[in-house]
Amino acid sequence: MATFTPTVPAQRPAPSRGGRNNPPPVRGGGDDGRPDFGQPDHAVRLRRARLGLLIALTPILMLFVSFTSAYVVRQGLPTFDPGSNSVVRDWLPIPLPNTLFLINTIVLLASSVTVELARRRIAQRVALEPIQSIPGVSLGSEREFPWLGLTIVLGLGFLTGQFLAWRELAARGFFVSTGPSSSFVYLLTGVHAIHLLGGVLALLVAGSTVILRRRLESRHIVVDVTAWYWHFMALLWIYILALMELAH
Amino acid sequence: MVAQESHGHAAPQGFIRKYVFSLDHKVIGLQYYFLALTAVFVGMFLSLLMRIHLVWPGASIPLIGEIKPETYLALLTMHGTIMVFFVLTTAPQGGFGNYFLPIQIGAPDMAFPVLNMMSFWTTFLAYIVMLSAFFVVGGAPLHGWTGYAPLSALQSAGPGEGLGADLWITSIGIFCIASLMGALNFITTTLDMRAKGMTMMRMPLTCWSWFITAILGLLAFGVLLSAGILLLMDRNMGTSFFLPLGTINGVLTGHKGGSPLLWQHLFWFFGHPEVYIAILPGMGVASQVLSTFARKPIFGYKAMVYAMLAIGLLGFMVWGHHMFMSGMSPYSAFAFSVMTMAIGVPSAIKTFNWLGTLWGARIRFQSPMLFAIGFVSLFVSGGLSGPFLAQPVLDIQLHDTYFVPAHFHLIMGVAAIFGIFAATYYWFPKMFGRMMSESLARWHFWFSFIGTYAIFMPMHYLGMAGQPRRYSQGTEVAYLRPLLPLQKFITYAAIITIAGQLIFLWNLFASMRTGKKATDNPWESTTLEWTTATPPPHDNFGGHTPVVYHGPYEYAVPGAPRDYVMQTDPATVAAH
Repeated sequence: MATFTPTVPAQRPAPSRGGRNNPPPVRGGGDDGRPDFGQPDHAVRLRRARLGLLIALTPILMLFVSFTSAYVVRQGLPTFDPGSNSVVRDWLPIPLPNTLFLINTIVLLASSVTVELARRRIAQRVALEPIQSIPGVSLGSEREFPWLGLTIVLGLGFLTGQFLAWRELAARGFFVSTGPSSSFVYLLTGVHAIHLLGGVLALLVAGSTVILRRRLESRHIVVDVTAWYWHFMALLWIYILALMELAH
Repeated sequence: MVAQESHGHAAPQGFIRKYVFSLDHKVIGLQYYFLALTAVFVGMFLSLLMRIHLVWPGASIPLIGEIKPETYLALLTMHGTIMVFFVLTTAPQGGFGNYFLPIQIGAPDMAFPVLNMMSFWTTFLAYIVMLSAFFVVGGAPLHGWTGYAPLSALQSAGPGEGLGADLWITSIGIFCIASLMGALNFITTTLDMRAKGMTMMRMPLTCWSWFITAILGLLAFGVLLSAGILLLMDRNMGTSFFLPLGTINGVLTGHKGGSPLLWQHLFWFFGHPEVYIAILPGMGVASQVLSTFARKPIFGYKAMVYAMLAIGLLGFMVWGHHMFMSGMSPYSAFAFSVMTMAIGVPSAIKTFNWLGTLWGARIRFQSPMLFAIGFVSLFVSGGLSGPFLAQPVLDIQLHDTYFVPAHFHLIMGVAAIFGIFAATYYWFPKMFGRMMSESLARWHFWFSFIGTYAIFMPMHYLGMAGQPRRYSQGTEVAYLRPLLPLQKFITYAAIITIAGQLIFLWNLFASMRTGKKATDNPWESTTLEWTTATPPPHDNFGGHTPVVYHGPYEYAVPGAPRDYVMQTDPATVAAH
């Protein structure tokens, strides 16, 4: 690195100059605290993955904001009826399968609890891992309660419940194309179900890393991020349910 | 989903991992760039066919035959879609952003390299699906790149509205997902992977522009995806989100109660930010290049950052100005109009800061600088017609005339393309280790610059004279016949301008093999990509972490031995 000693003292840059708060030399970068080039440490990777997830939730939120605006607009939209030659309101509320929705909601909230327990358990194990490697030290039972597996089962249970709810709607004569309200019910529940299926797949990845004996820290990050995603899906479901129940 | 990735991956071995399914952001950037390069020539070829048809409607084109009105609509749909999505969104952000954002902030790679690779290949898939629409029964869709319902929402609405339109919407949906993955990566990388000392306010303006573009994409593409889902449901599942009661050839469509206006709202809520997604990276590159070749600090760095943020923010509040003719309430039209004209303020701040950077400078008129100045020129020329179209009263006259294509081609199309050219000439030495031919670049610049104005300036006049856009023929209409010579002039100009692009293509590929070897910092620039080897090694900085001591545009520093101070140069810290 070339260094030089100016013969005349350099002046402070003019106010228009970019980044003129020069003095703090080496602090303040986003990657501050990174130990060295190459593999970042666990805390940095976890922070980065969580930040990535937070950002990834934004477009999902926008997707449902957009659906909601379409929902509200369509609900208030009068439509021309050629039969009576007048403008009518054609938004007919549909009988929602409320019992099934209630069961599904309980299942999903329960899965949110189990995934949180799985997240805390694995965080604990990561924290204790250095101690465990000391010969003769045991952290007690190595067999874990399969919180992750239970979450996957509950998640699949929720998806099955949603499928049954669609079946019940269809049995009552409400299909995707029956009317605007039924279209929206299928749309909102369907898109939510696809997103939750993504969460189940992520948990399966986390589970498969158990089998493949990937590093515990990598598994921790997958489980942690998926758990937050899962909580978001549970909240989103509550919101969708409220929208369908209160504004139908 | 993302957590197993880390940027500490080892340099890949083997052709497939190194060049095809590469995790290296530099390779992915080049993949994006070459995808956009093929797309821009496809798009240009389509526009050439349209220009020929407009002035010689009976002409038979080899292999294609005579262009029918519906073929013309298919051409304009695919021209617009390919150019907007696969060129203007892909090259500046996916291409140069991917290649240079990590290097400019001193990171070894993107935050999530696997996601980055998936983002490119998803874009590639979308591109293939889009192009396949040409080859299915009925051909490509007719509904324009804006896909207005009900034309886009009914299978039987036209020859291209069957499978072709389904493929079009599917492609757009896939592209949305790819862009969201890319935006997620850009934002995380910018926030979390900057080198020591690289504060946000020390980032090059290119990084700011990619960062803001990523935020716009993150918020906008989800909405387009939602609109696409609703449209596909209307087309294939019998719903009526966008379809009111109506008939086709006297037969009821079976849909009722939907709102075509809803599509327009959802589409333009995405569509207007998309315009800034295309142009903001160009602004960043122009700022970087102007400062470097004027050998002066950028005038008003902070104002430039805040102006870009303001443009991004306001960009979400003006979508209604595309819909003045849709029968919306005049009160909301007024609000959209005022917000739109408010964008003129940050845009003017940027323009005057660029001029302020050039003022009194000893300018080095090298090829990147020519294109950056061309960018500013086109940005002003195209931008000035914006306030006309922003007024509902004037827009009612000018809407759907050639005035509108003239406006948006200048400011969003060609200005952004000039940004891509400036970036290409500026970063080519770093990417390929060789210099491009300066004389060919000059020829290319004057062909493109004069050609562009020759094409699009007369279009304003055509628009004011009442030439409607999207019509395949105007030669038989009495009041348009006097405009035919001008139309012919535009077609000749287009042919010459497109021919001029072959110079660029030759220069690009010939220089890769035979260009003069480039040094590490041929433009005497200050940002981090010029501190590393040419081309950069796999981990960008060859095993060490850069430390940043300065803002990005320290040119003409008093007392320094050279007329510039690198961002990594610790020497002047003591002197300040």
